[in-house]
Order: sequence, then structure tokens, then C-alpha cells
Amino acid sequence: MIQDTKTKFQPLFLLLEVIFTAAILAGGFILLQQMQDSKILMTIFAVLWGLGSVALLFFVMNSIAESMPRKIRTIAVAMVFAGPAVFLLIWALVLPTFRTLRLSFMGTNGREFVFFDNYKFAFTDPIMLESFRNNLLWMIFGTFFCVSLGIIIAVLADKSKREKIIKSLIFMPMAISFVGAGVIWKFIYAYKGEGINIKEIGLLNAIVTGLGGDAQAWLLMPFWNNFFLIAIMVWLQTGYSMVIISSAIKSIPEEINEAARVDGANVFSIFVKITIPTIMPTIITVTTTILIFSLKLFDIVRVMTGGNFGTNVIANEFYLRQFTYGHSGQASAIAVVLLVVIIPVLAYNLKEFRERKVLK
Amino acid sequence: MKQTGSEKTFSPGKILIGLVLLFIVLVWTVPTFGIFVTSFRDSRDIYASGWWSVLPHKDLVKTGEFEIPAETDPNEPITIEGKTATFEEWRQGINISEKKSLRWYGNKRSRKIEIYEEKWIGFGANMTLQNYRDVLSAGTIEFTDAQGNTITRQGNNFSDAVLNSIAVSIPATIIPILIAAFAAYAFAWMEFPGRKPLFIMVVALLVVPLQIALIPILRDFTRWGITGTFVCMWLAHTGFGLPLAIYLLYNYISTLPRDVFESAYLDGATPFTTFVWLVLPLSVPALASFAIFQFLWVWNDYLVALVFLGDKNRVVTSALAAMVGEKGQDWHLLTSGAFLSMILPLVVFFSLQRFFVKGLMAGSVKG
Repeated sequence: MIQDTKTKFQPLFLLLEVIFTAAILAGGFILLQQMQDSKILMTIFAVLWGLGSVALLFFVMNSIAESMPRKIRTIAVAMVFAGPAVFLLIWALVLPTFRTLRLSFMGTNGREFVFFDNYKFAFTDPIMLESFRNNLLWMIFGTFFCVSLGIIIAVLADKSKREKIIKSLIFMPMAISFVGAGVIWKFIYAYKGEGINIKEIGLLNAIVTGLGGDAQAWLLMPFWNNFFLIAIMVWLQTGYSMVIISSAIKSIPEEINEAARVDGANVFSIFVKITIPTIMPTIITVTTTILIFSLKLFDIVRVMTGGNFGTNVIANEFYLRQFTYGHSGQASAIAVVLLVVIIPVLAYNLKEFRERKVLK
Repeated sequence: MKQTGSEKTFSPGKILIGLVLLFIVLVWTVPTFGIFVTSFRDSRDIYASGWWSVLPHKDLVKTGEFEIPAETDPNEPITIEGKTATFEEWRQGINISEKKSLRWYGNKRSRKIEIYEEKWIGFGANMTLQNYRDVLSAGTIEFTDAQGNTITRQGNNFSDAVLNSIAVSIPATIIPILIAAFAAYAFAWMEFPGRKPLFIMVVALLVVPLQIALIPILRDFTRWGITGTFVCMWLAHTGFGLPLAIYLLYNYISTLPRDVFESAYLDGATPFTTFVWLVLPLSVPALASFAIFQFLWVWNDYLVALVFLGDKNRVVTSALAAMVGEKGQDWHLLTSGAFLSMILPLVVFFSLQRFFVKGLMAGSVKG
């Protein structure tokens, strides 16, 4: 009975709450549009209003749910708790998947039905074939170098006294945006052109000329420029695989290594016969994550070459089709292809999830 | 006994490992360091020499110039200071002595010879904050290039971009956390119809690529007339961040001991008060892990900003990318802009690395 007196609100009071919340939501939005001249004020207001209205919404919805009759109250409260998230997920991801699927069978602006034309484009157009080839390069070489360097650094750093600082420094690029990394590496690959007494300001060309070679326009070099772009992803993502793999290595009990050492195994055979098999599940997880990642890769290519000079990738072509050529049908077909490639991983995740019985 | 052997500091294996690690660490840090140094160099110097020239090194330095007599025919071999060479060779530069070389400056009519001498240069760079002032400003900016020409450009208004990024990132970090925490609590401790299939949906959505959702959501935003606003960025990032947020927080909240809730209910607490006063404070480590994850992801995101914000209210990534397109060779602006875009995430990253790593481990299924 305590609960009843505590949670029951006057209908009038509830109504006031709802009106107040609606006013805050609408008023804040209108006010925000008026504040374009004073950026700092607008930023502070945007942050406060954004957070405040979400908290307020939950509070009001909960008040309404708690004022309901006892029988449906528990379910109403649960719906208030889970509802917004479920609603947002359906709006932001579930429905769009079906809408994109529908668009992929439609023409330029989504009106006339064109059967499989967009998929024919996606699988036969030369630019798409080039993108598929490049994405394959990203997935094979990018993932291979990220994971293998991650393992090597994790194992070597494990034996160093300065492990912590080494790992932080290699992990650091994870905090840098792809666009920022693009600028960093564009500067490394900078090429000043032919001329007399020109000093290269790009590090790579300076090293090459210092060793007696000729300066090159690295990003214009057909086919190989893909690898110069992949190097950027390796630089960004190796830290991720290193950190995850390193913690897996550290969780191997020392007694196992000790026992192997007593049996006369050397460092290398311990690594091959004990370390690698033990951390294999982790390696697989990291590999899939980076594979998915390199499949969807967009920013690096967009910033470095815009997809020109034979470096196009699927995600960039998706962007170009939608926003440069204005063909939402072809763009949607590309997005569906991306999703289909990922479906095996999705299925594997679900299988794992059922087996581990996470949900009680 | 092998243990003691390998602990010796001077074993060759250890030194080799140390050298390999040193090399790797250099490869990983030098690129960022180069940007950092360049962003403080004078625009004119940046075009003339690599950023590493701020380090002490030996270099040819121009120490003077003189004109050669007007009657010299540049089409014939020319003799200066006892050396004879063609015009082309003089343009390339001729070594007079071990430490001195002469170069013909400009075309054949200029008749100007520059003297270069090899000298040790210490920390000889002109360091300046002007690049940062320029990149932050919205008005027109002027700088000099390697030839000494004055170039006028429209500023990129990076100060606005930084503020926009803050206005996008902070709510786009906290809103999904709040919504996901409520949902995670419901999934973990409440009974409602559809609980299991809905949670399976969350797990399935973890790896769905963003591209599948961009076009339909953009259509919604255009219909509602909110493209280019902060609100649409919050909505989009909340939607895209929710699967991981719910998954991570569920894993944490579902392991809280049941007694905590039961005693609270006995005391007459409602689920809402239990959640706000008990669950949220207890979940701070998980909330922090996801917060850092989401903050870095939103701050560094380019695709979502490009699609939904366009050129209105540019955030740092889109401002920087636009700058690469418009001013690909203005390295003094690009480097300072890049560094400005990295400061906040780097600070967050280094101060809260521990939480970030935890979030990464728990969320390595995200696509």
C-alpha cells in the first residue's frame, strides 16, 4: 500500500507535467535555431537542453506508467524503460534495412521499379569491380598486417620493462580520426614535383631521396597506392588488435609456460604450440572485427584520393552514387551488398549468443 | 635457472627485442610528431624544408648573393671564382670548396648568384602560433609561401567547428547511454512480452553496417526539415550507438546481485527510483567504458556528419576534410587543423585509457 500512495499522481498534475515537457522540447528546439550567432552560448544550451529533455521524457513517461492500474503497471513500467531504445533501434536500423532493400529495386529517386538493374550495376560496372578488388586488398592485407603486427608487438612488449608506455604509444592512433590520420599521412606521402634544388617536405620522399632514389607521387602510383592507403589503416588499428591480444596472452597461466620450459621447449616453440592455440579465439574475434571494418572503410579513401587513381572502395562508391550522382537505387544496392557480406558474421554472433545463454 | 639468465639486462636477445620495439614505436609516433612540429612552424619554412630540419643538423644555408657582370653570356660556359660550368650546371649549384657552393638564382637574365655554406643549425626554426590563429579564424587570412608571395585565403573557422563537435558529441554520448541503461535494466531485471526476441534483435544489429540505414534516415530528416541540425546528429548517433550500448550495459547490469534490488523494493522503492539511485551509481565503470568509446567514435566520425550535417554546422572532421579538398598544399593550416581536431580525443584517451580498453574488450563484436 505504501507503493500506491507514493506513486499515484493527480491526473491534473500529470497533465501539467506532460505540457511542461512538450513545451521544453518544442521551445528548446525553436530557441536553438535562433541562437546561430552566439556559438558558445548555443553549444552550452544544446548540451543542456538535449540531455535535460531526454531525462525529463523518461521521468514523465514513468510517472504516467506508475499511475496506471496495478495489473498493467509492471508491464507499462517495463515498456517505459525498454520502449525508447527499442523504438529508436527499429527506426534507425531495422526499418531502414527494409527500406533500403526496397529502394535497391527502384530507379534514381525511388519511384519506378527497375527489377535487378541496380544489382546488375553493382556486380558488373567496371568501377564496382575495381572497388571489389580494392576492398579485397584492404580485407586481406589490412587485416593480415593489423593482426600479425598486433601479435608481434603484444608478445615482444610482454618481455619489455617499458611495456605500458610502448603499448600506449602504439594504441594512441585509436584516438585519432580517420580524417586526421589522412592529413598526417598525406603529409608523409607529400610530393613536391620535379624541379631543380627542390627539397622534399614529405618524410617518405625525403627518406627515398636521402637513400639515393627518386621522389615519387606515391598516391598516384596505380595499384600500389592502395597499399599506401592500407598502411594508414594498419597504423590506426594495430593498437586495437595489440591490446586485445595482449590481454589474452596475459591471461595464460604462467604455470603452463613454466611446465613447457621445464620440458625443454624454447621460447619460439612455446609461442607456436602454446600461446597461439590458446589465444586463437581472441585472434578470430579481432580478425572478424577488422575484416568488417575494412569492408566498410570509407574515410581514408575519401580524404586521401576521393577514390580516384584506382583506389575506389565499395563504401566510397556508395557515397558517390547517392550524393554525387543522386542515384539512391544504385547506392541502396551497394549497401545491401555490404550487409549480405556481413550476414555470416551476424549469424555467428547470434549462434554464440544462444550458446552462451547470456539472456536468463 | 633459465629465468635468471633471461633477466640479465645485456643478453643479445633482449637488446634485439628492444631495438625492434624502438623501431616500431618510432614508426607509430613520428607521423603524429611531424604534424605537431609542422603546425608550429612558419608557413614559409614549411614549404622550404621538412619538419625534421628543426632538429640540429648540417645544412646548406644561404649566406649571401652577388651579381655577375652584365657582359657575361649565359649561353656560354661561365667562370665564377675559378670554376667553369654551363648555365644549367650553375643553376643546379656548383661546389666551390668543401663547405661552400654557388647557385644561379632564377632565369638567365637575373645574373644573380647565391652563396650557400654548409653550417650546423641548432634549434633554428621560427616557431609561431600564427597557424593556429589562422585556422581558427573565420575571416580572410594571409600567409607567405616559399617564394615569398603573399597568399590570401578564406579562413576555415575551426573555432566554430570545435564548438559544433562539442555540441554534437556530448549529447550524442550521454543520450544513448541513458536510453541504453534504462533498456539494459529492463532486459536484465524486468519481465515483459517480447523481451527475448527484442534482445536478439539488439545482438543482430551489433554488426549491421551504417550504410544500410543512411539513405532512409536522410529521407526522414529531410521530410522533417531537420537536416543540418544538432538534433538530427544526436538522433542518428543515438540510433547507431544503441546496440553496442545496450549490449555492454546489459552484460554489466545483469551481473549485479539480485539482493540489491529486492531490499530496495521491500523498502518501497519503485523501479524508477531503484534505477536512478542504485543501478546507475553501481554501473559507473560500465557507463564510463561505453561513454569513452562512444565519445571517440562520435567525435572522430566523418560519414554520419557528412551525410546529415553537410556544410551546415561543420564538425572538426568535416571541416578538416573540406580543408584537404580546398587547400591540399597549405600544410601550415592542415597540420594545425589536424592537431586541433586531435587534442580533445587524445586528452580523453590518455586520461581514461583504462576504461576505454575495458569497453573495447567487451565490445569487440561491434561492426
